Amino acid sequence: MGDIKAGKVEARPSPKVSDEVRQTTCYMCACRCGINVHLQDGKVKYIEGNKDHPVNKGVLCAKGSAGIMQHYSPARLQAPMKRVGPRGSGEFEEISWDEAYDIAEGWLKPLRDTAPEKLAFFTGRDQSQSFTSFWAQGFGTPNYAAHGGFCSVNMAAAGIYTMGGAFWEFGQPDWDRAKLFMIFGVAEDHDSNPIKAGLGRLKANGGKVIGVNPIRSGYNAIADEWIGITPGTDGLFILSIIHELLRAGKVDLNYLCRYTNAGFLVSTDEGAADFGLFLRGDDDKALVLDRATGKAVAFDTPGINPDLAGHLRQGGTTYRPAFQLLAEKYMDGAYAPEEVAERCGLTAQKIRAVAAELARVAFEEEIVLDQPWTDWKGEKHDKMIGRPVSFHAMRGISAHSNGFQTCRALHILQILLGSVEVPGGFRFKPPYPKPPEAHPKPHDMNGPGQPMKGPHLGYPMGPEDLLVEGDGTPKRIDKAFSWENPFSVHGMMHMVISNAHAGDPYKIDTLFLYMANMAWNSSMNTSEVMRMLTDKDDNGDYVIPHIIYSDAYSSETVAYADLILPDTTYLERHDCISMLDRPICEADAAADAIRWPVVEPDRNVKGFQSALCDLGARLGLPGFVNEDGSQKYADYADYIVNHERRPGVGPLGGFRGEDGTGEGRGSVNPEQLNRYIENGGFWHTQVPDDASYYKPWNAGYQDWAVKIGLFDKPQPYVFNLYLEPMRKMQRAAEGHGDVQPPDNMRERVKAAFTPLPEWSQPFEDAAVDHDEYPVHALTQRPMHMYHSWGSQNAWLRQITNVNRLYIPGKIWDEKGFEEGDWAHVSSVHGKIKVPVARMDALNPNTVWTWNAIGKKRGAWALSEDAPEATKGFLLNHLINELLPEKGDGQRWANSDPVTGQAAWFDLRVRIEKAPPGGPSEPAHKASKSHIGQGPKDMAYGEEF
Amino acid sequence: MTALPEAADKKLGLVIDLDTCVGCHACVVNCKEWNTSNYGNPLSDIDAYGAEPEGTFLNRVHAFEVTPDTGGCAQTIHFPKSCLHCEDAPCVTVCPTGASYKRVEDGIVLVNENDCMGCGLCAWACPYGARELDALAGIMKKCTLCVDRIYNENLPEEDREPACVRTCPAGARHFGDLGDPSSDVSKLVAEREGMDLMPEMGTKPVNKYLPPRQKDTLLADMALTPKSEEPKGFLAWLDKALEAL
Repeated sequence: MGDIKAGKVEARPSPKVSDEVRQTTCYMCACRCGINVHLQDGKVKYIEGNKDHPVNKGVLCAKGSAGIMQHYSPARLQAPMKRVGPRGSGEFEEISWDEAYDIAEGWLKPLRDTAPEKLAFFTGRDQSQSFTSFWAQGFGTPNYAAHGGFCSVNMAAAGIYTMGGAFWEFGQPDWDRAKLFMIFGVAEDHDSNPIKAGLGRLKANGGKVIGVNPIRSGYNAIADEWIGITPGTDGLFILSIIHELLRAGKVDLNYLCRYTNAGFLVSTDEGAADFGLFLRGDDDKALVLDRATGKAVAFDTPGINPDLAGHLRQGGTTYRPAFQLLAEKYMDGAYAPEEVAERCGLTAQKIRAVAAELARVAFEEEIVLDQPWTDWKGEKHDKMIGRPVSFHAMRGISAHSNGFQTCRALHILQILLGSVEVPGGFRFKPPYPKPPEAHPKPHDMNGPGQPMKGPHLGYPMGPEDLLVEGDGTPKRIDKAFSWENPFSVHGMMHMVISNAHAGDPYKIDTLFLYMANMAWNSSMNTSEVMRMLTDKDDNGDYVIPHIIYSDAYSSETVAYADLILPDTTYLERHDCISMLDRPICEADAAADAIRWPVVEPDRNVKGFQSALCDLGARLGLPGFVNEDGSQKYADYADYIVNHERRPGVGPLGGFRGEDGTGEGRGSVNPEQLNRYIENGGFWHTQVPDDASYYKPWNAGYQDWAVKIGLFDKPQPYVFNLYLEPMRKMQRAAEGHGDVQPPDNMRERVKAAFTPLPEWSQPFEDAAVDHDEYPVHALTQRPMHMYHSWGSQNAWLRQITNVNRLYIPGKIWDEKGFEEGDWAHVSSVHGKIKVPVARMDALNPNTVWTWNAIGKKRGAWALSEDAPEATKGFLLNHLINELLPEKGDGQRWANSDPVTGQAAWFDLRVRIEKAPPGGPSEPAHKASKSHIGQGPKDMAYGEEF
Repeated sequence: MTALPEAADKKLGLVIDLDTCVGCHACVVNCKEWNTSNYGNPLSDIDAYGAEPEGTFLNRVHAFEVTPDTGGCAQTIHFPKSCLHCEDAPCVTVCPTGASYKRVEDGIVLVNENDCMGCGLCAWACPYGARELDALAGIMKKCTLCVDRIYNENLPEEDREPACVRTCPAGARHFGDLGDPSSDVSKLVAEREGMDLMPEMGTKPVNKYLPPRQKDTLLADMALTPKSEEPKGFLAWLDKALEAL
């Protein structure tokens, strides 16, 4: 190494920090914190959190602090490339952007003109989905989605359908007022800094944390109470808590009457034509019983109190309030703690104690704020009443085949306690709350050369909204919005490659992927997916003819593509974190943010969204060309500033209008990006005090939301305890209506679409022999790494570069494992060899490992003997996107039957001691690194 | 041999809350990025993209499993560890060149990198394993309490604290003068019964650890009292409760 600068070795009190600080938005994960990037001599010297930023308020996690190593990663792609060796070999030739666009246009133009559905465009961990979806709509293919289907769609869909918002991007605990916080399952990787900060504040205020998770790590390590539940049984546990609360009358009846559909009258006679549907008035509004008059009136009639205890006989049919059906169902002995405890891996007493503690804090530690507000019916209230119990969950309860109903059950628990949108409870972040009716519905294609009829993804409200042919055949390549998974509101990216390979429901021509490591950790059944991507037909042509991929780094998937569009690092690009998309708002503020090139790329790379602007113009896509056919947006920055989704509403809400004072609404401001940069890279505007809680029913909030352009007229609504769209799907399965499921789907739809959540055994759990596969297997992501990105990071990979399979003490002892041992792990689908370690703070029937540490040899600019490749492993090899054959001639997806969410966490395995020593298996052959390997030794910062 | 000051004017140090540390490594990495580019030799990374990556860090987080003596579930404890800036710092007294020293004005233990010959005696003497010899520079590295931040007039006043403290998402790290009983950190230590790490070593560490609160205490006999067993009884209860609204 060179000599370090004189003076640097003195402990001087006030050395220069940097030449300049530029403020942008982090992208080391999806948390989107504000960062101060310190530059010296044009290089990135130090990255810290931005103290003014609404998301992180100055703090920064390990990933964010390691941004320098990501930005200067040796795995960065250098230029566009075309494949010159066979797929998977990693042999590429660098080409110009012009040639890359020529190739892409040559494949895509004929598809658009003849069969746009033959383009499947899927965009992984995309934070620009309102833009990429706009592009795909212009192209006219119905086959677009991002990665929600294999991530946490159950959580998002159950939240929107039940209460108009879910966790993370949709809402947050009222950290400053909550006194009890209950967190379910793997949740460390989303909203990561706000949750850590919130836990710290909650604890400083004397609040308690209950962690429900088979694994006691991360947030569960600091939980005051640990519930080491058996995977896949969270729904049963929650419904048992509800059983206890109902029996004790510990529910917030006032809240239920006012803000939910508890009072909606449901037809309860099995023979009735409207069985299970709401009684509706002439204007189609659902009716409730007015407690004062005993008459059925529209639910939103001012001044009425719905009678939850009565019933109505009308036209020979009995109608009962939805709450009675709910109480009857969950007060049943089947949900008693002693009935469910063993399946949950808990004691009945523990379930009773948790229920009692929730009730105690919710009702005995009530919060009263002297804050007047006016509700949607015009009634004035002089106080805000709070129930200081809050919840959070993410992929842990979501990634099961019973996840949708489990997430629904959790929201119903929150609602019964009266703890949603109240002080101390769970609070929505603008633009949420937003009920399912206010979301788009899924849209179909128009035909060759035409844009789509509307947005691809949406919220079906009944069978008529599905995307199926007359005979029930799915219209989309991923089979989203089909009878197999009708409410697949995020699409089903995990099914795209296998369906395209099988030509089921049809063959495609071009697979276009962005930022999704589908040839590795983002796919179930990884080895098989690599085979599908390289498989050839009888003519010697690839079964999936063309693959275009955009990534910033040399990930595993690069080797499987024919054409590579190299993206930039997050410090070199424009982005908008938009309220049209995946917002970063806080419960008290609407907010959005930008990224901008705080350093310019030193390679021939381009932000993917800018490449889409170019490609969209070449293809003549509506929205991407001017009337004279010329290119409309020079690049993504141009789009961010000048695109308007509705008049006066664009990707960014801040500094709109000619003078830059418009908030939410306003004409295009050419100076908008500069104003964001001056403001620290973000914009935010406070929710008024009288609008801060009760948002779905608060006239002050509704008016404010209209003012800033979140929606165009007030849209108050009530929460759905009873979810009528589910019942509509069941009714179709029973034979009612024009849109009918195929006969072999009827029983499945009837069972899955109960309008009140029921717990069902996860599919794999039910399908495999528990003696042969006795143990549950899970993954989670370390807080200091995000997906596969961490392993190219010289600092983060020193913290974790090998993942071991953690085995509970009892199994460890039974099998005679010792430190340093290896094991064979088998599922009904495959077998892997992995290093093991003992862990006692773990459910006794569960094993687990860190996700996406294992790497394929030759990827990420790592040496081929890197521990990530020789000892790291993926559990993905044991998980199939299809369930084992049942002998009914069908291969059912290993997904939630409601939403299509990939059921990663249903996995069951067998563990056996393996011969000592590595490498981990399967040991895939290396792809040639087209990028070389990173430097040997480093001393970053010696030049400063 | 190097002498320690008789008494330091201040005892600057860290208070680390083991009840809120989630083990996220934010402090570890932010420390690395600040300190590799600022005071002293960079913190090198050997075989950075290879088979045995190993670099210098001034702060690391260790995870331990503990099963309470009283029975009950095993627990995971995340334990961040860096130099504790001991009052009786054995790493200083063992130093043959005078490179290791403890400052009179604030008690920070530092290494004068010009005088360090990389003999490693200090690392051997430190009972906490808090010093790391940088493999590339051949010089001993350790936590400086961000001595180039805490007085730095080029930083906004609110940022004049160690990088690990500023970045900690959970607010589990606190910085201040532990010699002043009225300081926030001293009060926190008193309130939460802060502890010395391995007091039996006689090093009198300045840094303190706040122990985890008692866990798994939800009362074994807690349960709700049923108001009604049967649906019929429930309706009667419901009717009465609605009347009372």
